[in-house]
Amino acid sequence: MTPEQIIFLIVAVVTLVAGVSVVTSRNLIHSALWLILALFGVAVFYVLLEAGFFAVIQVIVYIGAIAILFIFASMLTRRVMQDTGHQSNKNWWLGALIAFGLLVGITLVLVNWQGFTSLAPVLANQSERLSQLGLALVSPDLYVLPFELASVLLVAAMIGAIFVAGEKKQ
Amino acid sequence: MIPLSWYLIFAAILFCIGLYGVLVRKNAIAILMGIELMLNSVNINLIAFWRYRSPDGIAGQAFAIIVFAVAAAEVAVGLALIISIYRRRSSVVADDMNLMKW
Amino acid sequence: MSTELITWLLPLPPLLAFFMIVLLTNRYKALSHSLAVGAAILSWLGSMVVFFRAIATEHLGTNPFASVLNWLPTGDSWLQIGIRIDPLSAATLFFVAWTVLMIFIYSVGYHNYGQPPGDHDKKGLQPHGAIVADEHGHKHVVPSIEPMYSRFFAFIGLFAFGMYTLVVSDNLLTLFVGWEIMGLCSYLLIGFWYQKPTARAAMIKAFMTTRVGDVFMLLGIAYLYTSVGSLSYSEIFKPETLLRLSETPAIGGFLGLSAAGLMGILLFIGTIGKSAQWPLHVWLPDAMEGPTPVSAMIHAATMVSAGVYMVIRMFPLLQAGSEHGLLTPAMTVMTIIGAFTAIFAATIAVAQNDIKRVLAYSTISQLGYMIAALGIGAYVAAAFHLVTHAFFKALLFLGSGSVIHGVEHGVLHTGEHVDPQDMFNMGGLRKKMPITFWTFLIGGFALSGFPLVTAGFWSKDEILADAFGHGHWVVFIVLALAALLTAFYTMRQITLTFLGEPRTESAHHAKETPWTMTLPLIILAIFAVAIGWAGISESFPVIGGIIPNIVHEFIGGTLAEVPEALPFSIWPLIVSLVVALGGLTLGWLVYRNQKAGAEDPLKIALGPVHSLLKNKYYFDEIYDTILVRPAYWLADNFTNQILDRGIIDGILHFIARVASNVGTIFRNYFDKPVVNGFGDFVGEGVKKVGRNIKVFQTGRVQQYLVMALVLAFGAMFYFVFTFFGQ
Repeated sequence: MTPEQIIFLIVAVVTLVAGVSVVTSRNLIHSALWLILALFGVAVFYVLLEAGFFAVIQVIVYIGAIAILFIFASMLTRRVMQDTGHQSNKNWWLGALIAFGLLVGITLVLVNWQGFTSLAPVLANQSERLSQLGLALVSPDLYVLPFELASVLLVAAMIGAIFVAGEKKQ
Repeated sequence: MIPLSWYLIFAAILFCIGLYGVLVRKNAIAILMGIELMLNSVNINLIAFWRYRSPDGIAGQAFAIIVFAVAAAEVAVGLALIISIYRRRSSVVADDMNLMKW
Repeated sequence: MSTELITWLLPLPPLLAFFMIVLLTNRYKALSHSLAVGAAILSWLGSMVVFFRAIATEHLGTNPFASVLNWLPTGDSWLQIGIRIDPLSAATLFFVAWTVLMIFIYSVGYHNYGQPPGDHDKKGLQPHGAIVADEHGHKHVVPSIEPMYSRFFAFIGLFAFGMYTLVVSDNLLTLFVGWEIMGLCSYLLIGFWYQKPTARAAMIKAFMTTRVGDVFMLLGIAYLYTSVGSLSYSEIFKPETLLRLSETPAIGGFLGLSAAGLMGILLFIGTIGKSAQWPLHVWLPDAMEGPTPVSAMIHAATMVSAGVYMVIRMFPLLQAGSEHGLLTPAMTVMTIIGAFTAIFAATIAVAQNDIKRVLAYSTISQLGYMIAALGIGAYVAAAFHLVTHAFFKALLFLGSGSVIHGVEHGVLHTGEHVDPQDMFNMGGLRKKMPITFWTFLIGGFALSGFPLVTAGFWSKDEILADAFGHGHWVVFIVLALAALLTAFYTMRQITLTFLGEPRTESAHHAKETPWTMTLPLIILAIFAVAIGWAGISESFPVIGGIIPNIVHEFIGGTLAEVPEALPFSIWPLIVSLVVALGGLTLGWLVYRNQKAGAEDPLKIALGPVHSLLKNKYYFDEIYDTILVRPAYWLADNFTNQILDRGIIDGILHFIARVASNVGTIFRNYFDKPVVNGFGDFVGEGVKKVGRNIKVFQTGRVQQYLVMALVLAFGAMFYFVFTFFGQ
């Protein structure tokens, strides 16, 4: 077992446990905190996949913004949900079943795919990867359109969020 | 020397955990958390495939970047909606929001 | 213009006048009467042209003015109709044209043209007069104009069409058409004042009675057609045809008659109806309910003459099979009925008080004369009397209308409620209505047969002479007696009406009628005097031979062999002078001092017989009991209750019930369960399904997601595993 594999396994276990705790924790704030841990784990995976940029993005965007948003939202909607009662609804077994079924299905599909057990190819010119990504995002014959649209989407989301959640002036 | 399969299996499990959360949790914010887990697993998948299948290409990365952006936007709007609903109905239990009931 | 063309066009103007008045000018009185009188003038003009050309033609009888038209295709030949002007129809055309025109002109004045409309006048009733104020503000009542003025002219126009058609036709079919049109117009015009119940009853009685005659006539026509194959006179009167008809026995050996005899009798029955002979005479006196021009035209001059015209026309058929001047059975029947009717009607006329009734019975009697004359074979005499009678009877009727108008004027003036038609309310009118008096006198003398200067003398004398000369003693005596009575009642009528002193205030205030009424009287009076001179027999002492006997030559020429003129015999002349002058004197003597309110002297003299005469021998009552009441009873009980209501209505009600039940069955067993049920089923089904399915829509997002994922993943994995077959 190489050290990479060991790191992988540990981080995977941590992330998965964190994930399970997100969905089963009774307290919403606890869920949010477990979510932060899961996201961290995913960031580590990005590093393992030699996509360091994404790891950083993950931490900044997901943990720094989204998870904080979750915490704020929990605090803003706290009055009712005071950590009482079940956190899962009635037919949780059906959800579990579906999720498990999906897992089995995906696994079966993947197992029968020939590229399933391939190994990582060697990466060349690592230093230019980031600038390549940046160029790709703004180059007219590459991905500028999705990039711009994404930015429009963000603006719209921002405006929408402000509008929807903003307090109405009396 | 981690085979691709490990990543894929991991991503699948994470996805299913997130799915479980979406289907089962009562609190709307918790549902959104489940969605975040799913989106993250998708990103892992994308990057894994990029790394293992076409590391010289850019498409995988670009796609992943876009997914980030979309996920952020979606969480923002979703939470705004939940807060707005909370203001009106003083509840964030998903089952209570059944105005579209027959 | 050829004579044939003119003849074709003769019936047309009155018909056009009828249609135009009915459709267009009904509201405009002056225009309507102008159309009608104008049409009568046109037809009169045409008739005069035709007549004068006819008498100028030699041997018109053997080649008459004739023209035929192919009308109906019948197998491989045609039913033809046409016109025929031979001497008989020319003479008839002459008097028809004149009398029709005079009566049309008379009608303008009779219906009070120019007078104001009445105050309470209603359509369907006689006009009652209008109140006018003269220059001093005095209000008095004057006669008012007839409310249905234009309608009258339309009807008499249609009637004139019928008569002209009958006269000019060359076949029995169009004759019958004209016959029936006149019957219709008679019905319409007798009941002209249709709101009067007596008029309504009279119009139906007239039509029904003449219908009885017409049915038999139609049988005769049909029989004739089947035997001869044609209805045209030229075909029927061929000597071979007549011989054949007289030698074949009638259908079924009917009473031992020959075919010709049976046909003749059947056709004659039509005349009995139309010319009001006994026993179908009952309609004519009641027909006096119509306006006087109607009585004059239809029931004196033209329609009743049409019956006689028809038998005169069919004389060769009636005479077919006679050996040497002996009478055939058909002729015997005619003689008996004609003579009987002549005396029968004369006796009734003696006891009548209504001025028009006297004339009605007089007409019946004179028609009897003509038929008796024809029955004994006096062809020319019968035709001659037909012509003269038309003129003087029309004159008498128009005169009576003038008298009635004059007395009515007095009635309106004084406001008395007396019957203006009762002669016992008149008297002394010769001073008040001189023109009417003198013309009426001339007509009355003509009717009585006043010697030499009146037409009636010449024609009646000829009939008596024929009867005497051919040895028909009974007929001679009967007709002579009838002539006596005729003179008596005529003078009775004249004396009561015109001579003596007025018996009522209304008669005192009577006034002469306007020129539209007196001018026709004068013209007809001229004819009543002069026309007789065209028929003076050549062997008459002194004056015979000065003018040739045009009538005998001309009309006699219609027959295949001109009948020979009888040598003169003094006896019939003496007899006719005695009866005529004697009757007139007797009438004057009895009635000259008739006072107002006094009894009729005849009543005192005859006692109960008088009441028998006055009630017309109770024939109306007899017919009522024997025929009319049973008919009504049958109609009501059998036809109405049993046939109509029971059977026909029963069938209809049954059908209706069946249909209704079928409909109900359809409704309850098919429509409701199946059709409605299906519709309801679909609707209810959809609702039920919806109600059961809607539970899926909980509004809860997680459940939607579960459902979606189950399906989505299921489908996805299915496809993945089948199509990428591992």
